[in-house]
Amino acid sequence: MILDDMAGRCGEWLKGCGPESDIVMSSRIRLARNLADYPFIRRCTDIDRANIESTVRERLTNKAKLKDLTFIDVADLQTLDRQFLVERQLISREHANSDGARAVAIDQQERLSLMVNEEDHLRIQVMKSGLDLVGAWDQINDLDDRIESQLTYAFHPKLGYLTACPTNVGTGMRVSVLVHLPALVITQQIEKVFRSLQKINLVVRGLYGEGTQAMGDFYQVSNQITLGKSENDLIDQVGDVIPVVIDYERKARDFLINEKQNDLFEQVSRAYGTLQNAQQISSEETMFLLSRVRMGINLGLIGDLEIPEVNQLFIRTQPAHLQKLRHSELDTDQRNVERANYLHSQLKLDGGSEASNN
Amino acid sequence: MKCQKCQKQATFHITDLTGDDLLALHLCPDCAKGYLETGESSEDAPVISDVMSKQLKPLEQTADDLRELDAKECPICGISFYEFRQGGRLGCPHDYVFFGEDLDPLLINVHGDNQHVGKQPKRGITDTESQTELIRLRRQMKEVVEQEDYEQASQIRDQIRQIEGEGPASE
Ligand SMILES: [Zn+2]
Ligand SMILES: [Zn+2]
Repeated sequence: MILDDMAGRCGEWLKGCGPESDIVMSSRIRLARNLADYPFIRRCTDIDRANIESTVRERLTNKAKLKDLTFIDVADLQTLDRQFLVERQLISREHANSDGARAVAIDQQERLSLMVNEEDHLRIQVMKSGLDLVGAWDQINDLDDRIESQLTYAFHPKLGYLTACPTNVGTGMRVSVLVHLPALVITQQIEKVFRSLQKINLVVRGLYGEGTQAMGDFYQVSNQITLGKSENDLIDQVGDVIPVVIDYERKARDFLINEKQNDLFEQVSRAYGTLQNAQQISSEETMFLLSRVRMGINLGLIGDLEIPEVNQLFIRTQPAHLQKLRHSELDTDQRNVERANYLHSQLKLDGGSEASNN
Repeated sequence: MKCQKCQKQATFHITDLTGDDLLALHLCPDCAKGYLETGESSEDAPVISDVMSKQLKPLEQTADDLRELDAKECPICGISFYEFRQGGRLGCPHDYVFFGEDLDPLLINVHGDNQHVGKQPKRGITDTESQTELIRLRRQMKEVVEQEDYEQASQIRDQIRQIEGEGPASE
């Protein structure tokens, strides 16, 4: 089964390479598209949905140059497998939890994902490691062209690509950059940064894992409007502001290093120690501690662990991943024990940090 | 500090940025859970029904105008403006034409613009009228089948096949 193979590796966007990858986790662009000859999802009959799914699958796998994509029937998956895809950011929570015919197509490296029958007929997504919006746009623009050569999109000369929700109409494009801002959180400047971004029509959200705890100081910055600006303008709107955010975070880190070095070192080494030695640990606490460790590595305070390994741990310690890796269903308490075991095995004290393949 | 929604002890302090406002929320665990769950379910931050209610109420519209607008139904997919207002999602591509004037102030409010300037389909802007007709015919087909009017159904099926046959074939 393809999902079991996936559990053993990681998506390319987690590789921690790309520009500014100490602070920028990933760059993502998604396009919302609809077929011209079907109603939007909320007015689709079950038959419409099934037809959309099969038409897209047929046209894209048989004829287009999209042989690199694998289609997965999401409706057919177990709850655990759907959650697994959500944790890898390949499908949305909405897509996982809805009803009726739906699918996702992904490539081997998990750079591309194409959700069929989400809020729109098609939600195309490209993810890159680090800050690389231009690269992401080149890829998704090409993919969109290839899809469009096989399917007729709903398009209006004045309003652009037509979407189920008017907030996405026009380009149908959402540009998102996932940034890791632990020092701004520790120094309590995060709100100030938010406030300045808000003035230029950007949306900032905390990233939430299981439950209600914000996940490990990660924030997603995206464009709010989609109509009246070109794709390149929207990319610039987000792309121009990220270096400013990075600069704020770097300054906050410098401040911590220069003025609060003992506190910082204490926090980082405690976090690392707890992750290595816990007997049981919740998802929330893991995220919180991994966030400190991630910053510690970037500041040179931890030498025997690499960023890609930590990036992977954020994903692999989430509930569905743990259960896939252990090949069994686990309740919360069991997961907390398994998570601790897993972390222990990946973060061995004797410098043996060859966490896993790639 | 007390929860802003129910006065219980607030233990969650959330900063969220949507629309024009920076939201600093102080919530109890219950309210926070509700807030975050609805918040994360969609990445499209502006909640359309909120924008709609702001948009529609202060207009000079009388209750009668609003009732009339709510009753308007798209001839292709059958969605009423009321249903759109409630759910925040449109029913078919033709709604952007049929409800065009009614949606315009909303688009201006959300995007500050009502004219697309980005990418266009490579094959050029095809005439999608026949595509739209397919949506209508399939819906009509379902109705007549439900009424067991098979003669009518087979006529509609022929029409559908004809349009599909002449439709822009894939390359
Ligand atoms: Zn409350
Ligand atoms: Zn309609």
